[in-house]
Amino acid sequence: MSTVTETTELSCQEFVELVTAYLDGGLTERERSRFEGHLGACGHCAEYLEQIRQTIRVTGTLRAEDLSPEAEAELLEAFRGWRSAP
Amino acid sequence: MIEQSDAQLVTALRAGDEEAYRLLVREWHAPLLRVAQIFVPSRAIAEEVIQDTWLRVLGALDRFEGRSSLKTWVFRILVNTAKTRAQREGRTLPFSALEEPGGVPEAAVDASRFLPADHERRPGHWQTAPRDLPEERLLAGETREVVRRAIDALPPSQRAVISLRDVEGWSGEEVRNALDLSEVNQRVLLHRARAKVRAALEDYLTAPAGAESA
Repeated sequence: MSTVTETTELSCQEFVELVTAYLDGGLTERERSRFEGHLGACGHCAEYLEQIRQTIRVTGTLRAEDLSPEAEAELLEAFRGWRSAP
Repeated sequence: MIEQSDAQLVTALRAGDEEAYRLLVREWHAPLLRVAQIFVPSRAIAEEVIQDTWLRVLGALDRFEGRSSLKTWVFRILVNTAKTRAQREGRTLPFSALEEPGGVPEAAVDASRFLPADHERRPGHWQTAPRDLPEERLLAGETREVVRRAIDALPPSQRAVISLRDVEGWSGEEVRNALDLSEVNQRVLLHRARAKVRAALEDYLTAPAGAESA
């Protein structure tokens, strides 16, 4: 491989920094084609992107913290107070 | 559901519909808590900030004009309430954490995992490549606990953004509006958060069970 090719292509280190923008559709047309070009040629980066997707998937299964019954009771009390205020 | 019917919801709240209020307060509790905790030091104070926020929301409901979504409006009120409370607590506000996350560059993946920039053939290419994560362990309770702990260990602004995006399923635009973040900063916070959680997941799932692979 010539050094010219190396410098115009994305490196893996650059690739990993673009993953979030890529997944959010935030890359320019040109950036996206460089990103996808690298992705198609680099199994390691494909694995990295897959791991980010897996991370998002696992995070999505976490349950958000519920409101405690005490806190909810207080909030409802405040609501009733507000409602009955003149 | 709620976004589509802001007008109806506001009408219900103004009319004193307790059930509408109860649903809203439940649905937004977790994200309100995450956002409040960007600014105030403890869970207990964050809960108080949420109480104050709802009081302010109710008090200002007649002035809500629907120019922003109800969600954005409520979260902006929360942020202001939390900042005021943080000042009263004598806390230095982490403005920089929200507004200039670019201050200190943080790599998504540690530089030591790549070949050095002066490598003659493949600068910046993987030296220690990511390995396959075992799909069958991905959603196991222990794995999810690892992910939860990794999120809890994040700086509060990163924790808030990843919670809103990936736990609550908000869009980037909703997060930007609620937290008054630029597109770039929202993305930087999410990027760093996901990268750290991924690293924790990789560490846990590829930890050698006895033999070390080179």
